[in-house]
This record gives sequence, C-alpha cells and structure tokens, in this order.
Amino acid sequence: MFTKKLACIIGGLGLAATVTLAASTSIMSIQVRKAEIRETPSYLGKIVTTMAYGDKVTVQSGNGAWMQVLSAGQSGWVHSSALTKKNIVMKSGAGAQTTASSGEMALAGKGFNSDVEAQFKNNHKDVDFSWVDKMEKIKIPISDIREFAKDGKLAAGGGVK
Amino acid sequence: MKRFFIIPAILCIVLAGCATLDKLTEAGTGIAAATGVITTDEAKSINRSVSAVGKVFESITPEQEYYIGRTVAATILSRNKPFDNRAMTTYLNTVGQYLSLYSDRPETFGGYHFLIMDSDDINAFAAPGGFIMVSRGMLKCCKSEEALAGVLAHEIGHVELNHGLQAIDKSRLTAAATILGTEAAKNLGGKDLADLTKAFENSISDITATVMNSGYARKFEFQADKAAVIILNRAGYNPNGLVSMLKQMERNLKPGGLDFAKTHPAPQDRIAELTKLIGSAPSAAPERQERFTDSMKGL
Repeated sequence: MFTKKLACIIGGLGLAATVTLAASTSIMSIQVRKAEIRETPSYLGKIVTTMAYGDKVTVQSGNGAWMQVLSAGQSGWVHSSALTKKNIVMKSGAGAQTTASSGEMALAGKGFNSDVEAQFKNNHKDVDFSWVDKMEKIKIPISDIREFAKDGKLAAGGGVK
Repeated sequence: MKRFFIIPAILCIVLAGCATLDKLTEAGTGIAAATGVITTDEAKSINRSVSAVGKVFESITPEQEYYIGRTVAATILSRNKPFDNRAMTTYLNTVGQYLSLYSDRPETFGGYHFLIMDSDDINAFAAPGGFIMVSRGMLKCCKSEEALAGVLAHEIGHVELNHGLQAIDKSRLTAAATILGTEAAKNLGGKDLADLTKAFENSISDITATVMNSGYARKFEFQADKAAVIILNRAGYNPNGLVSMLKQMERNLKPGGLDFAKTHPAPQDRIAELTKLIGSAPSAAPERQERFTDSMKGL
C-alpha cells in the first residue's frame, strides 16, 4: 500500500514536471529593464523594437543563446539571458500579488527593491550612492562599440555560442 | 508511520536541485494530501519550508540582484574613492561593455558598468548585476588592451557565474522569503520592511566582506579565469593578455598587502592554470596599442 502511494507520488511528480515544462516554453517574460529585439541573432543586428521589464513574448525558435520571439506582431531575436520562463507580474492589482508567490510567477518590485534601498540609505548615511548613479549612466552606444571592434580588428556581434 | 517516509521523500526529491522545485513540491504534496497520506495543512507547511530552502540564491531575480549590486558597489565606492577621468572611464567601459556581449550573460537587469578607483593598491571588484570597479594599481598591471580585457573579462566572469550572490549566507534569503511569504498580499510596511532591510543589510555585508576582505574561494577565481578565456576568445582578444597582466601583477604586488595579495590566489598559480587551458603565446596586438596608450595617459 505504502509502495503504491509512493509510486503514485513519484509518477505524479514526473507528470507534473513534464506538464510544467511543456506549458512554460512558448511564452516568456523580459527579465531585464530594457531588451532590444533584433533582426538577426547578433548584437550587430538592426533593432526591430525595444521591450520593457515584464513584457511577454512568444518564443518561435531558439538558436543557441539567441531566441526568435514574436511580440505585438513583430518578430525578432533576443539574447536568452534577457528572458525568463517565469511570468513576471507588474505591481498592479491585489490578485496578482496574492498569487505571485508561486515559483512560476515573479512579482516585479517584490523583495529587495527601491523601498529597501531607501531604508538602507536611511540607516547608512555613510554609504554614498552618487557614484553608482553616475556609473549606471555610462552606456556606450552599440554603434561606437561596433566602430571600436572594427578599428581594433576584433570580432563583432556578441552573444555567440 | 507512512508520513515519516513521504515527507523526507518529497524533501529529498526537491533538494536534489531541480529547476521547478516549487511546482514539483506542490504537485507532490498535493498528491500526498489528496491520497490522505498527509493533511492539507501539512502539505502547505512542507510547501512553505521547501520554498524557503529551495529558493536560496537562485530565487534572486535579476531585478533584486540589481538592487543588491548597486548597494554593494556604493559600499565599495564609499571606502575607495573613484578616479574621475572621463576619457579613461569611457575607454574602460567601451572595452568592458564590448566584452560583456560575448559572455554567457550579456543581459543583466541594468547592464554592465565600469569605474576606476583612485588607489595604488591592486584591486578589482565585481558587484552583482554588473557593477565592476578596478583600481589604478590594477590598471598599472595592464600594458596592453589585451591585458586590460583580461582583467575585465575575469570580473565579468564573476558576475556571469553569480559568485557575489553565492557569498550571501542562506539564512538571509530564508529570512527574506519568510517575510515575503507572509506578506505577499499586501505592501510591506513598518516592521516587515525593517526586517527585510535587515536581511538586505546582512546580504550586502556578506558580499562586501567576501570581495574586500577574505576573497572568494580559489575555485571561484579559477572559474572566473576560465570564463574570461572563453569571453576573450569569442571577442577576438588573445587570452594570453590575462597571463601578461598576471606576470606584471606578480612584479607589482607588495608581499603582505591587503589587496590582491590577500584576496586572490598567487599570480603564478593562476598563470599555471591558465597555461593548461591556452598554452602560451605572445599577446602583442600593435593595431590596438596606440589607442590603449592614448586612453591610459594620466594613470
């Protein structure tokens, strides 16, 4: 009797895993603040559209590190490190917040967030964030990076596998 | 009696490191509860505790990693004055952000950013999420763009491999998960926010103490060197640039110093490991030397 129940549980776990994986492969969420969707699987590719944190995409195919995705009728490529299978729910509506503890769901802004950072700053007046703020603004345009690579006879494209 | 077998069985399966831990646990406890092996309350309790154990550093989303990284970087930069040189910082970010495109993790929540610290000590720190800080002393160990690329690729390797997040004591994240688990349905306030901030502060201390004082385990340093070799090869740099930097570092390090002398394996040990991977070949690249020399003026 006990063996039967254990077999049932283990079988159930296997089935649950299969169902979970099958159901979660087609729709993915953007897990970074901003992600560029490109015409080709390369950082050299022309930008088709830009997506924001929590936006959903339908995965059409994968090419190693790059995924071909569809969103709002536009198709393009994005690096897989910008994507998650979790359903990222933006902070709106109590219902979303209630269910967000599920492993398949992540509530944007939950946990260590700007409120916690503000509290930390309040407790640690000696820690100065001004240079981190400046540092974050340093973003070299991709056109400059391309030029830099070309001038230095380096590879170009990035995100290769 | 049966429940004493079922509960450990579920825990063992879950703790084995499956990617869908929570889902599997919920499924398993659901079945166990449905068959009367455990009660619904027991099933809920197992789900809660497994969730807390399973969701250690893997449970940190890139967004939360970003907030951790910002605060770690701010703490480091409050103790190490930045070197305010726009041309050199732009060059550093051009090399670094170019290299990041070739890592296994080119996309982090807020992207990769690089800054110079105004110190003759030989130091480089990678805060989670891609905040990378390199001292003037470290830059003085670099005699070419390849060597500089080697340093930056090594730090990108630490970010890619989540070494900073792994320095966080698991109890901090379990504490955070407990607060969030009970308060998921409403906005945090008062004591809960204070408790979560405490878990955050402890996490920051764990990381800064590791990167600034004790250093990572040797295996993490070798892993970061290995990741650097992959990044450098993909990007078109000769990975021997990292070896040439380490040879210079060996000459520049002061015995007993509180910098890389204390926190990293000896350069010769890293060189020995790297040589096994890449052999040895000159790393000179005349086409990039001029821009390197120009950009590093004023170091």
